[in-house]
Amino acid sequence: MINNYKLATTLTSAAIVVLSVSSYGALVSRGHIDIVGSSTVYPFATVVAETYGKNTGSKTPKIESTGSGGGMKLFCAGNGIATPDITNSSRRIKSSEYKKCQKNGVKDIVEVKIGFDGIAVANSKKSPVFNLTRRELFLALAKQTPSLKTGELVDNPYTKWSDINAKLPNTKIEVLGPPPTSGTRDAFVELALQGGCFTYSWIKQIKKDSKIAKKAGNKSLASQLKRKYKNICHSIREDGAYIEAGENDNLIVEKLKTNPNALGVFGYSFLDQNSDVVQGAIIDGVKIDFEAIANGSYPISRPLYFYVKKSHVGKVPGIKEFIAEFTSEDAWGEDGYLTDKGLIPLSDNERQNMSYSANNLVPFKM
Amino acid sequence: MISNTKKIKNKLAKRYAKEKRFQIYGLSAIAISIAFLLSLLINISTTGFPAFQQTYINIDVDIDSKLLNLDGKYSEKALFSANYRKVVNQSLKTLFPGVNGRKQKKALRQLISKSARYQLRDFVINNPDVIDTKQSLWFLARDDVDVFMKGGIDRSLPESDRRLKNFQLAWIDRLLAENRLEKRFNINFFTQGDSREPEQAGIKGAMIGSFLTMLVTMFLSFPIGVSAAIYLEEFAPKNNRWVDIIEININNLAAVPSIVFGLLGLAVFIGFFGIPRSIPLIGGLVLTLMTLPTIIISSRAALKAVSPSIREAALGLGASRVQTTFHHVVPAAMPGILTGTIIGMAQALGETAPLLMIGMVAFIADVPQSIADPSTVLPVQIYLWSDSPERAFTERTSAAIMVLLGLLIVMNLLAVIMRRKFEKKR
Repeated sequence: MINNYKLATTLTSAAIVVLSVSSYGALVSRGHIDIVGSSTVYPFATVVAETYGKNTGSKTPKIESTGSGGGMKLFCAGNGIATPDITNSSRRIKSSEYKKCQKNGVKDIVEVKIGFDGIAVANSKKSPVFNLTRRELFLALAKQTPSLKTGELVDNPYTKWSDINAKLPNTKIEVLGPPPTSGTRDAFVELALQGGCFTYSWIKQIKKDSKIAKKAGNKSLASQLKRKYKNICHSIREDGAYIEAGENDNLIVEKLKTNPNALGVFGYSFLDQNSDVVQGAIIDGVKIDFEAIANGSYPISRPLYFYVKKSHVGKVPGIKEFIAEFTSEDAWGEDGYLTDKGLIPLSDNERQNMSYSANNLVPFKM
Repeated sequence: MISNTKKIKNKLAKRYAKEKRFQIYGLSAIAISIAFLLSLLINISTTGFPAFQQTYINIDVDIDSKLLNLDGKYSEKALFSANYRKVVNQSLKTLFPGVNGRKQKKALRQLISKSARYQLRDFVINNPDVIDTKQSLWFLARDDVDVFMKGGIDRSLPESDRRLKNFQLAWIDRLLAENRLEKRFNINFFTQGDSREPEQAGIKGAMIGSFLTMLVTMFLSFPIGVSAAIYLEEFAPKNNRWVDIIEININNLAAVPSIVFGLLGLAVFIGFFGIPRSIPLIGGLVLTLMTLPTIIISSRAALKAVSPSIREAALGLGASRVQTTFHHVVPAAMPGILTGTIIGMAQALGETAPLLMIGMVAFIADVPQSIADPSTVLPVQIYLWSDSPERAFTERTSAAIMVLLGLLIVMNLLAVIMRRKFEKKR
């Protein structure tokens, strides 16, 4: 018996030593590109990473889906192999994030805009197509809405679509959408709800006043006004009409299939893949499709970006080649493989400019 | 007098009825849980089974050195970077002549998987003689074609609602008529790493990642957990306040949500010790923290269950306490210790939440080679696939769940076998 135990202890310690020695080399340098960031850009970045890996035979970049904000936090933490080389974002970098980057020594950042993503408001194919305006979406989903009689803000009184507009169906308002941690939710709130919100001129006036106050140097008033209109436009009702369905868009599609009265909010690529069971609503008179998002006529669409840490180029192998693959016509062009995955390409002109500044690693200033 | 016997008889009947009722409750509880389990298993396996088959397309490829852009150079490097895409596309055009229009041409290219060019590349590099010959080769079919072949696309739907349009279905019909379309066992599912193209995606990377992570977990948690249990049970002073505090804390830790261990790992191992994110080493360390309480508690229970007479006999014959513990008590407790360890490891195998914090929830296409290569684990792979828009990933998600369930069954079987073996030895 005792020999068995001696053997076991020896083997265990030997294995630990071997494992740690063999891995030491990998701990002090890194052979692969490290990418973090938006879950919306994730499906596109991963395809590029895979193609890059297979074409060049080098290591495939590692891509974590952390959300745009989480990605920026990791990206701006500093330089060195412990930090990511690239972060994906479904919105532009915020000035606060840029400042944080600068403070932590991440000086030169290359910004690459890769294309657009549309956010679909969809329902089951068994029901008729919804025809909505952004104002109606705002009235259906905001926490507080201006009352019809006095114009003052009251708790959202609408329970049925037909309460908002008699032309809309006489069904309960039921919208399945992403939770607050999601970039899709941020974009939906900003583009759809705030867009609808600003159709009320007095709310838009608050924003204008805030800008005027900022110009006049009255910072506290400016931020107070800003908070005021954001409170009105960005708060989603919490009485059960908006249902947070988690980050999983497939789940929302599944639920729409079984509940023909519900609407769902998710990225265009999921609508594209499931066009046999769900259909996109017409927003402000425009039906969501490839062309409408590309030419900007569909109102709920946003640009997608990735940001490169210039100080890592040359230290981590392959960053330049990865950018070249991402910005090749074969990838992000009108017929590229990214459009198969649901990315809406930039215009020819914009692509050319972007490709030049990306491949020459021109840092951007804010 | 008669009334007394009657009373007893009545009571007896009531008691029997009560007993029967209780048995019925128990049986129905088991029946309900079996029904739930069965519906889960049936649901998973009916969606998952198609993933073990994959559609292949046969194409005559004219491996033209001009199209390959070789310029008479045949070094391995030249062969590696030659233009295989063009060759594959040209072969498709020859197979379906007269395809016009941008959309149709694109659809034609999308009949076969993007991996065809890499498959052809490897084929040519391994057999350079095939250059400038015609070869009949089988390539992976694109996920849409694969879904159609498995009955996932309904022909009777109107054309606009289908992923495959009428002209694409006509091509598929022609391929079927010419025996160029075939379903085979999906070997790629077990030999490839992750991919964003469903037809190329496999679980090898995740399986190796799980294996390496479990290896680290086992090598750390077993010796540490068992040693702690032995000390606490056999050597620690009884009725000592410190020992009590430690015991309460260990029991508490066993109930802490696993994501907390992930946060701890992020702060300590990554933040303080600077271990890179996303590697099995850090995953194993975090899972060690998570499994330690389970192992310590079950090992202590096993040690406690060893009859005191064994200890007394050994001590009585002049063995020291260490000798008593290691020669007699621990071997007797081994079956219980191993069961606890394997159950703890099985728990760790199915964990995703703590790994989210340390970057193991990531797209990693390469199969990890060591505990310092980035990797994911099986449950994470399942989570990532379930979140992918492509329809063909649904069946792969279920298939990966089946593999994970299979591994868990194997581990639990191992626990039973080990226990039997050690029990027999004594």
